[in-house]
Amino acid sequence: MIVINNVTKRYGDTPVVDNVSLALPPRGVTALIGPNGAGKSTLLSMIARLLPMDHGQITVDGMDVVETASDRLARRLSILRQDNHVTARLTVRDLVSFGRYPYSKGRLTTKDNDHIERALAFLELEPFAARFLDELSGGQRQRAFVAMVLCQDTDYVLLDEPLNNLDMKHSVGMMKLLRRTADEWGKTIVLVLHDINFASCYADNIVAMRDGAVLHQGSPRAIIRPETLKDIYEVDVAVHDIEGRRIGVYF
Amino acid sequence: MIRALAPIAVVLLAITSLFVGISDVSIAKLLAGDPGGRATQILLISRIPRTLALILAGAALAVAGTIMQMLARNKFVEPSTAGTFESASLGLLLVTIVAPGAPVFVKMLSAALFALAGTTLFITILNRIQYRSVLIVPLVGLMLGGVFYAITTFFALRFELLQSLSAWTTGDFSGVLQGRYELLWISAGLTALAYLAADRFTVAGLGEALTTNLGLAYRRVMALGLVIVSLVTATVVVTVGMIPFLGLIVPNVVSLFIGDNMRRALPWIALTGSGFVLACDIAGRLIRYPYEIPIGTVVGVVGSALFLVLLINRGRAHG
Amino acid sequence: MAETDAQPTIATPRIGAIARHWRLLAGLTLAVIILSVLFMTVGAKGDWSFVLAYRGKKLAALILIGFAIAISTVLFQTVTGNRILTPAIMGFDRLYMLIQTLMVFFIGSTGLAAQSPQVMFLFETAVMMLFGGLLFRFIFTGAVRSLHLVVLIGIVLGVFFQSLTNLMQRMIDPNEFAFLQDRYFASFNTVETDLLAITALILIAVSAIAWRFLHVFDVLSLGREAALNLGLDHKRAVTLVLALVTLLVSVSTALVGPVTFFGLLVANMAYLIAPTYRHAVILPVAALLAMICLVGGQLLLDHVMSLMIGLDFGANLAVIIEFIGGIVFILMLVRGAAR
Repeated sequence: MIVINNVTKRYGDTPVVDNVSLALPPRGVTALIGPNGAGKSTLLSMIARLLPMDHGQITVDGMDVVETASDRLARRLSILRQDNHVTARLTVRDLVSFGRYPYSKGRLTTKDNDHIERALAFLELEPFAARFLDELSGGQRQRAFVAMVLCQDTDYVLLDEPLNNLDMKHSVGMMKLLRRTADEWGKTIVLVLHDINFASCYADNIVAMRDGAVLHQGSPRAIIRPETLKDIYEVDVAVHDIEGRRIGVYF
Repeated sequence: MIRALAPIAVVLLAITSLFVGISDVSIAKLLAGDPGGRATQILLISRIPRTLALILAGAALAVAGTIMQMLARNKFVEPSTAGTFESASLGLLLVTIVAPGAPVFVKMLSAALFALAGTTLFITILNRIQYRSVLIVPLVGLMLGGVFYAITTFFALRFELLQSLSAWTTGDFSGVLQGRYELLWISAGLTALAYLAADRFTVAGLGEALTTNLGLAYRRVMALGLVIVSLVTATVVVTVGMIPFLGLIVPNVVSLFIGDNMRRALPWIALTGSGFVLACDIAGRLIRYPYEIPIGTVVGVVGSALFLVLLINRGRAHG
Repeated sequence: MAETDAQPTIATPRIGAIARHWRLLAGLTLAVIILSVLFMTVGAKGDWSFVLAYRGKKLAALILIGFAIAISTVLFQTVTGNRILTPAIMGFDRLYMLIQTLMVFFIGSTGLAAQSPQVMFLFETAVMMLFGGLLFRFIFTGAVRSLHLVVLIGIVLGVFFQSLTNLMQRMIDPNEFAFLQDRYFASFNTVETDLLAITALILIAVSAIAWRFLHVFDVLSLGREAALNLGLDHKRAVTLVLALVTLLVSVSTALVGPVTFFGLLVANMAYLIAPTYRHAVILPVAALLAMICLVGGQLLLDHVMSLMIGLDFGANLAVIIEFIGGIVFILMLVRGAAR
């Protein structure tokens, strides 16, 4: 369980995350939604100790993310940000192998290699394993980075806009895969999403933010409703039930 | 306030410049009829020429820097951040090797020709850059200057001209005497020419499309600007040596107060340039009295420090 | 999308890659040895014991410098995540020169004469570590984010340090300065041979530390966020690397003075011929390449060029490095390597 207590982050005088308290349940997929500048990415970064917070406390399974040794946390929680620019020329397999660093510190064991093979297979990256990252398409590269965090084999996986720059086919593929990861491997996945319909169809739990505060939290059924969405986005959204799923239409 | 004070300050600096030095030249002595006439002689042969040279060089370099910034559409360009100074000294070195006895005017023309070629190369390289950012422009220019400087050093080592090279690359007014600075009047003429063409440069600074749209021949304005800049740089290098960053600092500071309309800003830029050079030269004469520290060294410190301030402020502003 | 029709390559080139890297390292080492032997013997006339001692010192200096510059540049680029920025381009060499000059200014020649060069060197290096650390903090933790801005600030800082050095040198009594210049400020031609032993010791210590942290360097090359995600104490690792870099820069500048572009050239050549992220390979490759360039370059200038054109090019290795380095740097900028 990730517990966030009165967390605040300011840039200059403007609070980006304003006194947020939140509990994210273990297992399943949690989607963070909300308009631009709501503080979703900032909150995610603070959970993963990439950004220091100005006030408050975050714990992951009882471990304070600021206090806990970084390498211990790296075996519990992993994060993937949007822009993953690596100057070093790495092959896909090299990159995925780095996911084992928290365990092996660079000296791979047979067990580590099993994890690497499993992650490569799970993301269907075996054909490209020996290719360099800069030789891949955007979708393939994104999958390679996801493979790396999955290879890290942490209970919690945080993803900041994993669908960014992906086309329709790859977006659906990515979401199915994350759903499977949560179901088959028993992981807790927390991700920032911009498309409310992806959140509606794939998440178990939705957290809606605006202006640095959490407005709503609940199941897709509770959140994907016209009045709630209007509250979050200030846009009129018609919500339809299609094949048992709630689909928002806002064009 | 500043507008009224600035000219007064420059006049005061010029007067100070006349009376700072090892030889005893003071107003009191001159008023007393200057027994022996020695003070008057020093004033006429050394102090007045030096002060005039400072005023002319400062104004011309500041204006040349402004023109370059307009043409390159970049606030960080000036003769020492575009390879102009370095290519001029390469031209000067080569003519000194080939024809050591050539008159100074010929040497100046050779330096100007190389400065023109070097600056044109700089602009050609800029046009080939794929991801052009504001800051990559001076970066390329500084590096190109380094390459020219390496070539120059190579030949200077080979022909044992390192001494001359270091004289050209470090601005120094201590050798200015009557009869040895008059070339700088050419740059004064060029500064006046730049003022007459000021509107064209302002328009050219808006870009090729807009310039053509306003009925001006972009390439011709460009060429005129480059010729003025090259000639100014060459005259200054030949007579007193390089004065780095002057053409960068002065226009940027003036632009804060006056803006970028060249016809309005140019007189202020020329005035401030003169004042800056006078102040640095006087400082160089006083810091380690009775020894003189060349102005190039003083401006190197002050200019690069101010350049850093400009860059860091920019970094703060644009994050 | 090429995913579906891509060749399903077998994903086990690792053994091949490792063997290739070993061959590369062996080849480069052999080249260094051959060049060294040539350097010691070609064109030697007269008293052999004198020739060997004289050339031996120079050879040792070139090898140590090559090692220091290559390692410091590659590590610096790993930490900063780019391939165009080097400690020398950031003005670090010049900072060391400034510290040296200030030392002369405040202690004076009589005070200096009383100190051994080794003690002075250690003291200057300590000061350098302090100021270098402050400079790094200012540049990399401030509001400065654009790489172009960092590079430009670095270059202008270099100019600033250089100008300040010039100014301080003018402030020193001219007679005193002329005396000091010969025995105190090093260049490629007047290598500071008193410091060879202490330099060798420092480089061995640095290598021992670097050996233990090779995997940490690999992780650092992924960038701050990925390194944090993998549980690396990023701040501590970066501090360690920058301390090593500052030490290495002090060493190389004390021996031969500032050389702006050599590190850039060597590091990028190394990336080119050994395209791997593994520092266990890239660091030795870069170091060996640097030695080959310096020893081979000096050999070429001393013997081949002077015979061919009848010129004495002996003095010009540093100038030639600046020339080629400047051009390479501009090309990298034009191609967008510094985005």
